[in-house]
Amino acid sequence: MKVGIVGYGGYIPRYRLKVEEIAKVWGVNPRQIKRGLGVEEKSVPGPDEDTVTISVEAARNALRRAGIDPRSIGAVYVGSESHPYTVKPTATIVSEAIGATPELTAADFEFACKAGTAGIQACMGMVESGMIKYGLAVGADTAQSSPGDALEYAAAAGGAAVIVGKAEDDALAIIEGTYSYTTDTPDFWRREMKPYPKHGGRFTGKPGYFKHTLSAAYGLLRQLKLTPKDFDHAVFHQPNGKFPVEAAKELGFSMDQIRAGLLAPKIGNTYSGSSLLGLASVLDQSKEGDRILLVSYGSGAGSDAFSLIVTESIESKRDLSPKISDFIEDKVYIDYATYCKLTRKLVRK
Amino acid sequence: MHVPRFWREIPNRYNLIGTKCNHCNKVFFPPRAICPNCRRVGNLEPCKLEGKGKVLSFTVVHVAPQDFKDQVPYVLAIIELKEGPKLMAQVTDCDPDEVEIGAEVEITFRRIKEDSEEGIIHYGPKAKLLRSKPSEQT
Repeated sequence: MKVGIVGYGGYIPRYRLKVEEIAKVWGVNPRQIKRGLGVEEKSVPGPDEDTVTISVEAARNALRRAGIDPRSIGAVYVGSESHPYTVKPTATIVSEAIGATPELTAADFEFACKAGTAGIQACMGMVESGMIKYGLAVGADTAQSSPGDALEYAAAAGGAAVIVGKAEDDALAIIEGTYSYTTDTPDFWRREMKPYPKHGGRFTGKPGYFKHTLSAAYGLLRQLKLTPKDFDHAVFHQPNGKFPVEAAKELGFSMDQIRAGLLAPKIGNTYSGSSLLGLASVLDQSKEGDRILLVSYGSGAGSDAFSLIVTESIESKRDLSPKISDFIEDKVYIDYATYCKLTRKLVRK
Repeated sequence: MHVPRFWREIPNRYNLIGTKCNHCNKVFFPPRAICPNCRRVGNLEPCKLEGKGKVLSFTVVHVAPQDFKDQVPYVLAIIELKEGPKLMAQVTDCDPDEVEIGAEVEITFRRIKEDSEEGIIHYGPKAKLLRSKPSEQT
């Protein structure tokens, strides 16, 4: 039995912070940051937004495209590293808010920035085995970053949701294969009760992001006997605007193949939302027969690679929910002080 | 707010589940146990509201209760839902100057407040302006 994506949806908060605003505070040259990271501005959650509300918006958008009864969803997995509760699942709130309760299994996933794609794989297995009819996987974050840290220029908020079902249940894209590559690599972490993550600086690059992203991509290409030329689009995890471009180049993908899914320059790194928002943006722009490579990356570290083939159902489903470009264009710029208040770095005593 | 009280209201807070009287066809939100028009001949059943409506009236809050102090100035509006009931809700993600009577809104799912840093988080409905095209503000 083949499995596929029967619905997808994303959500990005309206607020944006420009690199210039952050650089001004810390006395850094913004042009250097923009050139170094390939990020111009990032999304910031509103005062009433968190991983739960972002997940609910994305899941509702995915449901509209899927056009299914939410009660036929048998599993809900929400991947994030910013779940509002340490104990008490985000997934139960999301399940309730989309009307999927009570006959389902649900859990929160955590694997730095790749917990959302781990959720997709869990759903694939359950759908393929016949355990469930549909599974919902969400990747969403309101990413934390320590004030003044290099992460601050990119750590953003957003999320995307994917509903996995059988290929014959009107899937808009068939998942033709998946391959994962995982090792114990401590390149980025956050300890219990600590508000901000720590990272290994440049160590996050070569032994972290590149080793896992490239290994997962090569593994999948080998498994499916495909080459970069067989793909119309490729989406990689986007910790900044530069890493995914370098990974694509190394693998042999052109700028044209990665353009549709490259969102980091305009919204930053939405952590668990990053690669899935990229996929949603590609699906917004793809046509029947397009083959898409998706490779996530989560620090700690691992990558999940997927190959998808878009079906004709994309045409009838695409316009049923807002597109990723709609969210990117609808924005309000804020200053650094407002950003500090919104992300609770500045708290009234 | 006590946890059970919030929990009891989850269906109407998260999914706008009101009630509809099958005798007079009137829709109520929040849900009612008895139809005030039909009394004993009334027959209420749960009814999911679509979440589309318009601003019937609104005020801009500058002096807010403790839980909302960090959001001032914000808009508190009476929203007339398409199905008829009126709902008081914050209008989120907007500048107070953007809101006007008659403005089309859609109900969205947001964080309303929390029972302190250690308590539960109350999620619920807020209104969002339906903008005809994406806006870019500075």
